[in-house]
Amino acid sequence: MHVVDRRQNPKAKSLGNRQRFLRRVKSHMRKAFAESIRQRKIADLEGGQEVSISSKDLHEPTFHHDPKVGHRDYVLPGNHDYRPGDEIEKPSGGSGSGSGGSADGDGEDSFVFALTREEFLDLFFEDLELPNLAKRKLKSMASPSWVRAGYSTDGSPQRLNKRETMRRSLARRIALGRPKLAEVEALQAELQQAETAGDADEIARLRKLIDAQQTRMRAVPYLETVDLRYSRIQRVPKPTTQAVMFCLMDTSASMTEQLKDMAKRFYMLLHLFLKRHYKAVELVFIRHTYTAQEVDEQTFFHGRETGGTVVSSALEEMLKIVKQRYPVEDWNIYAAQASDGHNFDHDMPQTLRLLEQEILPICQYYAYIEVNDDQWPGDSVLWHGYFPLVDRHDNFAQAEVATASEIFPVFRDLFDSRQRSGSSTKPRVDR
Amino acid sequence: MNKRHGKLLYSGSQWDFRLLHRVYDAVEEIALGELGLDVYRNQIEVITSEQMLDAYAAIGMPLLYRHWSFGKRFAREELLYRKGAQSLAYELVINSQPCVSYVMEENTMTMQTLVIAHAAFGHNHFFKNNHLFRQWTRADRVLDELAYAKSYIADCEQRYGFAEVESLLDSAHALMSHGVNRYATRRRSPREQQARSEARRQHLESTYNDLWRTVPTESSDANEVRSIEQDENDIEAAALELPEENLLTFLANHAPKLKDWQREVLRIVRTLAQYFYPQRQTKMMNEGCATFVHYEIMNRLNHRGQIDEGSMLEFLHMHSAVVAQPNFDSRGFGGINPYALGYAMVRDIARICDDPDDEDRQWFPEIAGKGRSLETIRDAWEHYRDESFILQYLSPRLIREMRLFKVSDDADDEHMTVTAIHDESGYREVRRQLAAQYDISKQEPDIQISDANLKGNRRLVLTHRVRDGKLLEKSEANRILRHLAKLWGYRVRMVEVDAETKRPLSEYDAVSMP
Repeated sequence: MHVVDRRQNPKAKSLGNRQRFLRRVKSHMRKAFAESIRQRKIADLEGGQEVSISSKDLHEPTFHHDPKVGHRDYVLPGNHDYRPGDEIEKPSGGSGSGSGGSADGDGEDSFVFALTREEFLDLFFEDLELPNLAKRKLKSMASPSWVRAGYSTDGSPQRLNKRETMRRSLARRIALGRPKLAEVEALQAELQQAETAGDADEIARLRKLIDAQQTRMRAVPYLETVDLRYSRIQRVPKPTTQAVMFCLMDTSASMTEQLKDMAKRFYMLLHLFLKRHYKAVELVFIRHTYTAQEVDEQTFFHGRETGGTVVSSALEEMLKIVKQRYPVEDWNIYAAQASDGHNFDHDMPQTLRLLEQEILPICQYYAYIEVNDDQWPGDSVLWHGYFPLVDRHDNFAQAEVATASEIFPVFRDLFDSRQRSGSSTKPRVDR
Repeated sequence: MNKRHGKLLYSGSQWDFRLLHRVYDAVEEIALGELGLDVYRNQIEVITSEQMLDAYAAIGMPLLYRHWSFGKRFAREELLYRKGAQSLAYELVINSQPCVSYVMEENTMTMQTLVIAHAAFGHNHFFKNNHLFRQWTRADRVLDELAYAKSYIADCEQRYGFAEVESLLDSAHALMSHGVNRYATRRRSPREQQARSEARRQHLESTYNDLWRTVPTESSDANEVRSIEQDENDIEAAALELPEENLLTFLANHAPKLKDWQREVLRIVRTLAQYFYPQRQTKMMNEGCATFVHYEIMNRLNHRGQIDEGSMLEFLHMHSAVVAQPNFDSRGFGGINPYALGYAMVRDIARICDDPDDEDRQWFPEIAGKGRSLETIRDAWEHYRDESFILQYLSPRLIREMRLFKVSDDADDEHMTVTAIHDESGYREVRRQLAAQYDISKQEPDIQISDANLKGNRRLVLTHRVRDGKLLEKSEANRILRHLAKLWGYRVRMVEVDAETKRPLSEYDAVSMP
């Protein structure tokens, strides 16, 4: 006999089977995903998902008897006091049929399949990738910091580490037997005594002794260059693993609940997406009418105000918050602006200036989505105003969404690296 | 029994490899020395619970080709396990040489001891000695065959694409329970087969005379020609050796449109099905054997003073959970528990051998009071399967103890009727019926390929011989027939015929989708 420890064997032997299974049920997964974003908060797509899959597509058929026809005899255990000829109520569950024979083969109605978070997200972000992520990652996903890294034997004077230097000096002095200053002074005091007493022999002995000591002290210096130690400080890149996502939205009366709902889904996708790249993702909600203010999620999606629309106020608010709380070197900044496209004409120059000169340079990515149930989307003030930016800036994109079902495709379009790497023309532009 | 060893093998619940070896040696001493078991070389493998789930999902096989249905099994098992609806089996054992038993790292030392006794000796002995396993499985080849299947199918996936292989496996799996040979046919060597077909050809040639076709007869020429065609078809059917119950084998050999690799995949699935066939026929005996063996060994270890009372209590707790048999009307009832029945029967045989009463003497004259209980039991393990084992050994006393009774259930009636109970007049009837319940060939639909036209319309015809009016479940049957038609490549027909009256009851038709 031998005992084999298989615990270290590669785990997840069934991974291949699991993948094949997932492939098989992909359409169910898509539906489950759509369902789950309808009900959740933006940041609330953590953890795995349980997906209920109807067994119809997954059922493996077998030849078996129809329990509803025919005659059967069987033996059961645990008779109480039935006599032959007695009648028994049929069990309501299916357990009465064929209790002995076919244990497998009876189908289950549906079963719940638990997706890991990774699997869940993989399904939906298969070929999505932040545009130019690699390039910008080098530039701004890492900011350097200085850390201690032991000692070195040379360096600038202000880095001299006195404690470490003295430790080495002391060790050397003890090892090489350098006389202590106190000892020499004691001898000199004795010599003085001997000189006053006029003891010639003693004077000669002490002189000789002191001489030898002093020679040794000169030969073994108190501090030598070999003792010197400098603190070494190293520059290491510190990865910034955090991102902040600005949700900007016009919340004036023209934004109906339905439009906001579409915007919400877009933000959710963006948030989910960012969570894949960063350890921490913070959300900032800025709503605006003619003035802008930072609000919580509840207010953001459910509050409703009236008043004119001044987009630049939201951009200013965003810049203010970035300055206060999200230093650009530590944070990856994303912004998504959702709007029905209205803005006062007189505000457009200011909006464009802010966006192009101040916001786009510090943003990893800025997406403008126009939620619109109009028949002629893409015919708004903002759309026309923003349109030239698409070509000038890699990190700016705009798209329009007319129904909820379009959100995911639009999101894909915006973030699909392959599409963006080519020409960045947008579909359905009014000319 | 005296406490001659008297030294505890272990104490506490922690296990380590040194203790595993020590316990194994002690168990082996009892299993081989006292119980007279005969086993394959053992290999014990320690795995984690996740790996156990993996093994479950792969229908207990250590390596298996990939298919989504195993992923589905895994998903289901895992969910049940995580939700606490189901605990994991403590062990898993593979009928191979060496016999591989999996033990989980989470087990306590007592559980490991139990598993070694149960799997590495109980099941192992059964695998090695039972005649069905000897006849149908080749323990020394299992692992090689599985490895071959896995790499062959992986290779096919590379070559022909996942989707292609997946849909082929879907179809093959649907027919899996009808991919076994229920009765051992004489295995012919390829040379013999060739000789047979040669002989058949020569016979046809020597008896064929073209002149007969021109001889005018009373019937019209057209009829005559058809009858010759009919003859040819009959000859053809004979060449195909119809009827054939092993659908997978038939398709692998004769389906006109399959490519060679597809035939090979069908053969692989058929081999797997055949491998499980003895297990399905001996489930109750096999578990009874393993349960009896572990119970004996644990008790003997305790008598020898090698395991302490605490471990014994832990063991008894698990043991009684395993052999519990809920009543038919209780919530936990899920059919007759094979562990409970198998174990009770083995104990009962031992009792009949060693300490019979008059009833036993009357029912079991060959073994009652003859002693040599272990020998008798080993003999039963070797020569029977569930059905015949019950028919031979289920005693009136056990029928009474389990309060077994027979009911008759007509689908059209509102009530079931009790037709026999555990009394003098009912014993034989209960026993006969219970045995029939374990007879797979009676429980599963009797479906055979009855006709195949290889030249004309190429239609394949199946016959389901219906007993007791038990027709097939329609939607399921239709789905399987579509799979069958896909493999066959042409139209497939199935008729359901009453087994006694030959009256046709129902009919199916499926066409091959392009």
